[in-house]
Amino acid sequence: MLTEFTEVLRSTWPAVEWRIIGQTVCADIDERYLDAVMKHLRAQHWRIGTIVAQESAHALDVRYFLYATEHPGWAELRVAVDPVERTLPSLTNVAIAADWFEREIEDLFSIRFLDHPRLGDFVRHDDRRPKRVLEEDGAFMMTVGPVYAGEAESALFLLETVGEDVVRAVPRLFFKYRAIEKIAEGRSAQDVLLLAERCSGTSAIGNGLAYCHAMEAALDVRVPRRACVLRAFFAELERLRHHMTSIREICASTALTVAESQAIWIEEQLLRISGILAGHRYLFGVLAIGGLMHDYERDELRTALAAAQELEHDVVALRAALETSSSFLDRIEQVGIVSERAAQTFEIVGPFARASGVAADMRVVQPYGAYADVGFEVPTEKDGDGYARLRVLFSEMTQSLRIMRSLLDGLPDGPVAAEVHTRAGSGMGWSEAPRGASVQWVALDDDGAIVRYRLTPPSFRNWHGFHVATENFAFQDFPIVLATLDLSVAENDR
Amino acid sequence: MMNWFLRGLFAGVRTEGLPEGNVARSLSPGLPQSTEHATPARARELEAACPTGAIVAAAALARVDEDRCVHCMRCKGADGQTWRRDADWTHPPAQNAQGALERRFMRSIHVRVVDAGDCGSCLNELAQMNGPSYNLHRFGIFITPTPRQADVLLVVGPGTRQMHDALKAAYEAMPEPKRVVAVGACAASGGIFGPSPMSSGGIAELIPVDLVVPGCPPPPLAIVDALRLVCGQITRDSR
Repeated sequence: MLTEFTEVLRSTWPAVEWRIIGQTVCADIDERYLDAVMKHLRAQHWRIGTIVAQESAHALDVRYFLYATEHPGWAELRVAVDPVERTLPSLTNVAIAADWFEREIEDLFSIRFLDHPRLGDFVRHDDRRPKRVLEEDGAFMMTVGPVYAGEAESALFLLETVGEDVVRAVPRLFFKYRAIEKIAEGRSAQDVLLLAERCSGTSAIGNGLAYCHAMEAALDVRVPRRACVLRAFFAELERLRHHMTSIREICASTALTVAESQAIWIEEQLLRISGILAGHRYLFGVLAIGGLMHDYERDELRTALAAAQELEHDVVALRAALETSSSFLDRIEQVGIVSERAAQTFEIVGPFARASGVAADMRVVQPYGAYADVGFEVPTEKDGDGYARLRVLFSEMTQSLRIMRSLLDGLPDGPVAAEVHTRAGSGMGWSEAPRGASVQWVALDDDGAIVRYRLTPPSFRNWHGFHVATENFAFQDFPIVLATLDLSVAENDR
Repeated sequence: MMNWFLRGLFAGVRTEGLPEGNVARSLSPGLPQSTEHATPARARELEAACPTGAIVAAAALARVDEDRCVHCMRCKGADGQTWRRDADWTHPPAQNAQGALERRFMRSIHVRVVDAGDCGSCLNELAQMNGPSYNLHRFGIFITPTPRQADVLLVVGPGTRQMHDALKAAYEAMPEPKRVVAVGACAASGGIFGPSPMSSGGIAELIPVDLVVPGCPPPPLAIVDALRLVCGQITRDSR
């Protein structure tokens, strides 16, 4: 597939040197072709993986990474930017999903994207609040945050409202910006793994795995089969726990306290299973570059799986109870609707997208590790409302248990870590974290220190579509919409 | 129609007693302790292995600064550091601690949580405390949405630059007497993120801190312990 695809590229743009390296089509292209090439890729349903700017003493590059959705394959387009003039054409006309990437790069690298509709004031706040759009009698802007509610993450929401109804909501993020990508520079590959895990503590394996994949691509490491299977096992255990957390938050947002308590109890049991198995409740310190930190006995894994399977009964009972509670359904049905078209346009990922009918799942679209050999379904729903998202979360929990079971049945013997030799290079890695696709890119120098680290977590993609779900809703539904969208501020802010 | 009241009733009491002394692996990852090693070389090796500088070697003794530990587990193992298995991790900071609140706060306090750049796991452990297993309410401790009604400010995260103003505003909005508890390695020392141009080296640089709970993240039992200490329900010697 990829070779045929590249042939078409070669014949259309003969001036560009197209190379195939592994699963990736690479090219250094001139900014003049960028728009047309991007249009061509988008027409074939390629999605944006990430956009990376990198500046060294004498060069400034922007790399566009896209992945195919119909067959395995990536594209890496490198564009050199004049380090004095610092301008590039904006791609927002071709791909709206590029919008936030360009705003972030403009803010952190001072590259101006020509014709971009709105630049500035993104990562670094210069306290210019967005202009009020609504001009009506009694219209005002209600601010929520950055410190609000009980244990909420810090983010600011600007709700434009006329009385009871909120017409639109604008999120202001990056209050928690820790500059992970910047502080990673100069650190060793091992230490940056700690940063990748802690970018979002509730999806440590999801984001950590994408980082490990990137490092393994850069250093050309073959991960042993046993490690691949165990990594997938831990990833699914984390997905189980994460989805239970989201379900708990949805119950809490509708003030259904009994359901919340029952969900939190199941969640605590899953945390304990992780604690017993891995020694850490959030599975920190499980992954290593080239495999895993430790090996695990078959009996330990079986006990963990059995304990998780025992909880399945409680999960199913909770689902049945929620689906027959009309007062609960009234509050989550028809709220925060995101159409399939909007989900495609904003390239939303993860369970959020799957609830709107977009079956985007990196485990299937770009299979990695052990997933290619495991049979499972990707649950999708059509409605795109809060209830559809809840159903997707529940269905994915069932699938995760199924995957864990078949992984253990086919667990091979052998080592769990490959030898890693440092060298200079760069690599791209991806994984399906609990909230969606995590795409990461690393560049290393000769000593194995990180030169540039780019982390594109799923929440960064999904917050971009937040405003679609928050148009014309009743004020009291705001916490419910927020909970069903399953967004992490920490993951976005990095 | 689902009768949630009966459903809750039939679920029974799920609240657990507080464990004394060592706790199970399922509840806490443990915390490394200063350890005397066989050779100074081994102590230096462990110092080099620690990514946050929590371990400092002095001859054969590898000293641990608990506040800096991020649970990377690299010093664990047969000839590594010894790890404590209890959950009484709370300790006052090196400077300016006010100690517990006055006696009249013993039966009930309200706590405002501020997220100053947390990764999500500390916040999630805080949420667990409200669950049936730990049942924070039985101690008369409540999470409140407003700092104006709060007696205790519980801060998680490394104190990111863009949260400085909000954190200070929340602290200043609280009535006296008030206490601040720094929860997690990030709030205690900057953890893996700080100090850096965007994160502080612990929130004590921004507002006065009275108690510190190390850990990445600290388990719910350790945070419950800190809250009971700050309202004077327990003292460090009584347990």
